[in-house]
Amino acid sequence: MLSIEHFYLLLALFLLYAGGRNLRERRFAHAAFWGLLAVLFASGKPILDASKLGNALPSQLAGAAVIALALLATRMRREHIAEAPEAQRLASAQRLGHRLFWPALLIPAVTVLIVLFGPTLAIGGTKLFGAGSITLIGLALACVLATIVAVLVTRERPVAALGEGRRLLDTMGWAALLPLVLATLGGVFAASGVGEAVASLVSAVIPSDSRVACVLAYGLGMVLFTVIMGNAFAAFPVMTAGIGLPLLIQQHGAAPAILGSLGMLTGYCGTLMTPMAANFNLVPAALLELDDPNAVIRAQLPTAIPLLVVNLLLMYWLAFR
Amino acid sequence: MNYWPLLGVAWVVVGFVLRANPVIVVVSAGLVSGLAAGKSIGELLALLGESFVSNRALLMFAMTLPTIGLLERAGLREHALRWIARWRGLTLARLLTGYLAARQGLSMLGLIDIAGHAQTVRPLLAPMAESAASKPNGPVTREDTQKVHALAAATDNVGRFFGEDVFLAFGAVLLIQGFYAEHGIVLEPLQIALWAIPTAIAAFVIHAVRIVFFQRALDRRMAEKATTAEARDAVD
Repeated sequence: MLSIEHFYLLLALFLLYAGGRNLRERRFAHAAFWGLLAVLFASGKPILDASKLGNALPSQLAGAAVIALALLATRMRREHIAEAPEAQRLASAQRLGHRLFWPALLIPAVTVLIVLFGPTLAIGGTKLFGAGSITLIGLALACVLATIVAVLVTRERPVAALGEGRRLLDTMGWAALLPLVLATLGGVFAASGVGEAVASLVSAVIPSDSRVACVLAYGLGMVLFTVIMGNAFAAFPVMTAGIGLPLLIQQHGAAPAILGSLGMLTGYCGTLMTPMAANFNLVPAALLELDDPNAVIRAQLPTAIPLLVVNLLLMYWLAFR
Repeated sequence: MNYWPLLGVAWVVVGFVLRANPVIVVVSAGLVSGLAAGKSIGELLALLGESFVSNRALLMFAMTLPTIGLLERAGLREHALRWIARWRGLTLARLLTGYLAARQGLSMLGLIDIAGHAQTVRPLLAPMAESAASKPNGPVTREDTQKVHALAAATDNVGRFFGEDVFLAFGAVLLIQGFYAEHGIVLEPLQIALWAIPTAIAAFVIHAVRIVFFQRALDRRMAEKATTAEARDAVD
């Protein structure tokens, strides 16, 4: 029976490999970073189980490890890791052609197939897929299959897949961890009452009986918070805990799935408007050597504003069917 | 009501403004908010560790890296470029809308990092857009070139952002699912992802219309410039 925990272990092995390669190249901060992350991934389930039983020590150690990761992140330098030579890539592209697309397309295709049919698969009465979200298990299994197919198509040695995966991981460096730490921050903010503080500020201002006012407060709040934080991921848990859940879902009966999806996308309209989203708005301006560092934001505003209006309307129409 | 935890939000803003490493800013902001809420160090560490571990799914995308890396080594990008270069009748509007559609389509399939500002916009899309823009009336001015480049970068962002949530197993959808699960509402990612489709369509339509208007305005400016230059030549 395959459960998501098996794939977390597999991911931990990959992280450990990345750490090992860095250790051999004497990039100690990187080695420690990926190594520590591997330990956190491998021990995730025992940590959560222990904390359910009331033993806080493992999760406290994990918390200390997270702080260590953050400290290590400041020591990590982004370095260009050499790719295969261009002549070799061109020759291989010539030889393989469209076959290169298949392994990449396999990842979403297999994921969707497993989500649709996975829950019914069984061997001798035992379900093939066990505990955990079927989508995640599907994605993980699809990635494993795609790697095998990619090795077959390109006729490379299997270890080359690990090496190239590590190249991409180290190119991203600490940025790969950003979604995870932002989600963690969301959790900590929620537990510290940031959501309630925001909600109480907002409800002091808006008439919470009015559905329109609540939709506006939630949507515009997502935009404003995203503009401030530079990332809709950080805004989502705070705004949804503060306004979405208590006012729109519990009081006005909005559908959670629809509200969540549209709320996040409304936040993305904010990402298009803010220099805080440096990776998307300032970095390309620098890469393209534009005179105005905000030129990309200027090019995006006329798309972001009408889209924001559309999202607010969609939220109002769809979430309360 | 205790408003002190909002200090964490201010901390994030200051940290980003000062360009500190985002990971350290984010983690320390959590500590600031927790302390301001009156939590003990032990409670805070446990909270941080538990919250981190329960969000492990957000690094699952790393499982795609070996495949993508191997395909890159085998010339995936080079092949994609040559394939696109064969298409004829390419105008600026067709190029950028085509890229928008491809970018949205690919990120719907979860292939987010196959394109991007460093990978495709700077080396491929920006020069192609510039040459498509100068096809009808000769080279564009420096000012317009910059506008074309900025629009190319914007097109990449719009395509990426409003495609990725339609794929069921990527960051945002998992974050939404995880948030609701913590609050006792159980949803499958697919239920959430489907509702990103209307916005994806709206984003495509709005941005595509803008691209067409941009090209029209650009062509008009260039045509005017060409006629005034001709008139000047005639006077000479």
